[in-house]
Amino acid sequence: MIGYLLAIPVLLLAMMLQTAVVSRLPLVFGTADLLLLVLAAWALQQRVPTWWYWALVTIGLTAYISAMPLTAIVATYLGVVIIARFILSRVWRSPLLSMLTVVFIGTMIYHGLTYFIRQFNGVPLDLMESLNLVVLPSLLLNMLIALPVYAVMKDLADRIYPPDEMDV
Amino acid sequence: MNPFAARNLRTAVLVLVVTGLLILALGGYFSPLFRGSSNPLEAVQAWLSSRFMAIYEFVTVPRDVASLRQRNAELEIQVAGLQTQVIELQQKISEAEVLYSLLDFARERPENRYVAAAVIGRDPNPFMQYIFIDHGSDYGLRHGMPVVTQQGLVGRIDAVTSSAARVQLITDPAMHVNVRLKSSKAEAVLMGSVSREIFLDLLPRDVVVDTGEVVLTSGLGGNYPENLFVGQVAAVKNVEGGLFKSVAVQPVVDFASLKSVLVITSFQPIDIAPLEPTPSP
Repeated sequence: MIGYLLAIPVLLLAMMLQTAVVSRLPLVFGTADLLLLVLAAWALQQRVPTWWYWALVTIGLTAYISAMPLTAIVATYLGVVIIARFILSRVWRSPLLSMLTVVFIGTMIYHGLTYFIRQFNGVPLDLMESLNLVVLPSLLLNMLIALPVYAVMKDLADRIYPPDEMDV
Repeated sequence: MNPFAARNLRTAVLVLVVTGLLILALGGYFSPLFRGSSNPLEAVQAWLSSRFMAIYEFVTVPRDVASLRQRNAELEIQVAGLQTQVIELQQKISEAEVLYSLLDFARERPENRYVAAAVIGRDPNPFMQYIFIDHGSDYGLRHGMPVVTQQGLVGRIDAVTSSAARVQLITDPAMHVNVRLKSSKAEAVLMGSVSREIFLDLLPRDVVVDTGEVVLTSGLGGNYPENLFVGQVAAVKNVEGGLFKSVAVQPVVDFASLKSVLVITSFQPIDIAPLEPTPSP
């Protein structure tokens, strides 16, 4: 139950940090996506059953605050948790490598969808400029912040879902 | 000799000797003698005094160090508090300067009504160049209202809640602003880009444009009031075979450090979409 209750304050805090701080610290013109990182790290925790609920809250919060197209928001955040759970269950057991993989794929989906949806809506965006100035710097920032975020979320997951209780 | 006379003589001699010695001493004739005898005494006195003080300090200093440490800690707390106050006051001065500038801007244009708002965030997606402000529909803000600073045009309101609003910046690639060059009176469309640069589109090749020329809103389209300062022409390039010039504009507003903005609440944007021609089937 606490996993559900905690989703809103944690993601709200991440959203506030994202809009007030992280978005103001760009690398070239790219910025890290704290919500994506928090969600990916949470979904990669083995004992966490509330990952889908966290994804829904993230989608709701982002759709409420951002001008980003809803399709891109839903596809990105649902895609991130689904890929994270898939990787967790079937492919790798190495958590940090899994985190970096999910962040890489999630960032590419996020920016790729935003780019194509804006192009589809008639917004002129140069592909190479977008890639060099926004996508790659954002990817680098996400990769850099991924590991500390993973550590924090793992600690949180261990507190909420202690290994002993689950093993019993 | 009479004993009485002899005693008087000795007394007189003694008085004379003492008087002579006093006169010699007062005349400074005994100074080398006194100096020579007093120097060793002073040295001993100094040595004794320094040893005593060393022992005294050894005994008393621990108590002083403790009290000094306590005092130091108190002063450090006081300094930290004062530094915080200084930072807060500097921040307030900075905010006040911005607000005074905005107020000046509003006073220069009394025909408009303004609502001042603080910038509280930016869109999480770096492709979307939007900011969030801390005033919403409770203060009369509506979709489409122009947003400015004392320097010039910032953008327009894209979405509103009761207590906050989202502003689309003129640097957003989806933004189109009808503008006019101040000197040549030529009209063009200002567009944003991913690189936060703004440039003029649809400016005919035959229009003479100089670097530094002022770009103002034209008011066409009904989305912005006219004569809002947008920027200055930074570079002009004629594209080979193209119908239009490529003109880069340097915005007057520093979008990276926006803190406060003014929303022009008296301006009602006009939606001309129903009047635009639709392709016939």
